[in-house]
Amino acid sequence: MNLKFLFLFCIFFSKTSFSEVKIDITQGNIDPIPYALLNFDSSTPELLDYSKKICGVVKNNLDRTGLFKNLTGNSIIENKISFNKRPDFSNWRITSAQVLIHGRINIDKDKKLVLEFRLWDIFQEKQMIAQQLVTSKSNWRRISHVISDVIYSRITGESGYFDSRIVYISESGLKTNRKKRLAIMDQDGANHKFLTDGTYLTLTPRFSPAAQKIAYLSYFNRVPRVFLLDLNTGEQKVLGDFPGMTFSPRFSPDGKKLIMSLAKNGNTDIYEMNLKTLKMFRLTKYKGIDTSPSYSPDGKNVVFESDRSGRQQIYRMSLSTKKIKRISFGKGKYATPVWSPRGDLIAFTKFTGGQFFIGVMYDDGSGERVVYSAYLVEGPTWSPNGRILAFYSQVKVDDKITKPKIKIIDLTGRNLRELITPADASDPAWSGLLP
Amino acid sequence: MIKNSILMFLGLFMLASCETTSMFGDSVRGGVGDGSRSSLQEYLRKEVGDIVYFETDKHNISASAAFKLEAQANWIKSTPGFSVIIEGHCDERGTREYNLALGERRANSVKEFLVSMGVDGGRIQTISYGKERPTNSGASSEAYAENRRVVTIVGE
Repeated sequence: MNLKFLFLFCIFFSKTSFSEVKIDITQGNIDPIPYALLNFDSSTPELLDYSKKICGVVKNNLDRTGLFKNLTGNSIIENKISFNKRPDFSNWRITSAQVLIHGRINIDKDKKLVLEFRLWDIFQEKQMIAQQLVTSKSNWRRISHVISDVIYSRITGESGYFDSRIVYISESGLKTNRKKRLAIMDQDGANHKFLTDGTYLTLTPRFSPAAQKIAYLSYFNRVPRVFLLDLNTGEQKVLGDFPGMTFSPRFSPDGKKLIMSLAKNGNTDIYEMNLKTLKMFRLTKYKGIDTSPSYSPDGKNVVFESDRSGRQQIYRMSLSTKKIKRISFGKGKYATPVWSPRGDLIAFTKFTGGQFFIGVMYDDGSGERVVYSAYLVEGPTWSPNGRILAFYSQVKVDDKITKPKIKIIDLTGRNLRELITPADASDPAWSGLLP
Repeated sequence: MIKNSILMFLGLFMLASCETTSMFGDSVRGGVGDGSRSSLQEYLRKEVGDIVYFETDKHNISASAAFKLEAQANWIKSTPGFSVIIEGHCDERGTREYNLALGERRANSVKEFLVSMGVDGGRIQTISYGKERPTNSGASSEAYAENRRVVTIVGE
């Protein structure tokens, strides 16, 4: 899986009579930018096949953002242009397309794919970015995500998120005896794989920062404990042997520690585990339920939920002073706080008036707003760029509850989509961008 | 030892059609009164009461629960030779992780009550299933009330 990309940046052809194509994704309602994506130039049937597959993944990624609209069929005037020549922009300007993506694909002496692509601003008649990427054939899908990230990032000014994965719980069987298995897939649903066979109940998986390890809760041996799964070796091991139940794990930003809850004798507190020594350090001592901890991206603070006030609320702790401050004060119960990878916002689950909500607030508790609501929505997880939330959701329709499914939604509350999974799905956790 | 436990755990999924009420139902289907785990469980369920219920987000023992648990304590004390597993459960109107903690809190309340009634604490194990194993799959307030429960299971 070791990817070696060769990046070549070349900026040329500059004219500035129009303002550059740009999407401000923090705005609520925007018209998607029409773009044309031409199949990459290829000299053999095999390379043409790769070109089609790669362009298909890129199109799918861009279109699912709701920020871009692919121009197809008759509206495209030229569908063959030479990679080394400037496109004839007068031909493109009469289409609705604002950007043109074109490239070529070759094979080098090591039998690796060599991809070159350019992103053109049609109105400015300017090249926005050009790159060359080299990778093995088996990596064609990842290279497609990398290309998508480059395009997304160049136009929105935000970092991308397509080259990432989602780990989640696949569910089947009766509600009273649900079978729950760990499963993993690319963010677009491809490369789906089950990681456990469902013999034991498994819950709440979370990625390590490098996305090579997964911490999760397993009822293996009838003792609910936090386990660690290594994706490279497939090895699964229990983390420590403590009296009581360990659960609710989350990795520190440096990947060296795990923060989690330990419940014993009717009391649940938060502990930090050193992953090398498996030693536990106790962070909260309150008589009550302290759970669902999450680190700030700089590793200096932790948010968690506690019912010490009488009902679940969100608290913030400084790891250096151990000082704790309540930050949620709205109506209802607040749970599962998760710090955004950008550091600015905290996503949470809220329950009030018989309804569940997914919302966000600033890290001091201000600026609370709801992003989505249903009969049961729970456990938000952030896209690597902190612009999209994934969670699982069940909707009530005529006194019937739908099966759990993973949904994703932009932070602005727009572009709600369901992630297609082979079975019912809950507890999603989104990785960072893959290393 | 670990292997045995794993086999037993496998057993519970295979025996889903068995009449036992717990997910840790005995793998032996003995007749009532022969002293097997399933017959002891059957007696506990029918004659003593193996389930107590809780209010939303609460873990305190209600008066009716205390009445039932007192009978449980007396029966456990008078019937040696097995341990009990106290399973804590919640309804689905809460978040997963909070419910895991709440289920543990409920199971612990029952354990403490049984111990206060003279049951040897060494005979009692607790486990929380949070909202993972409801007994009523409905979405009504009656169904939720049925699912906020602690079940006493006859163990080894």
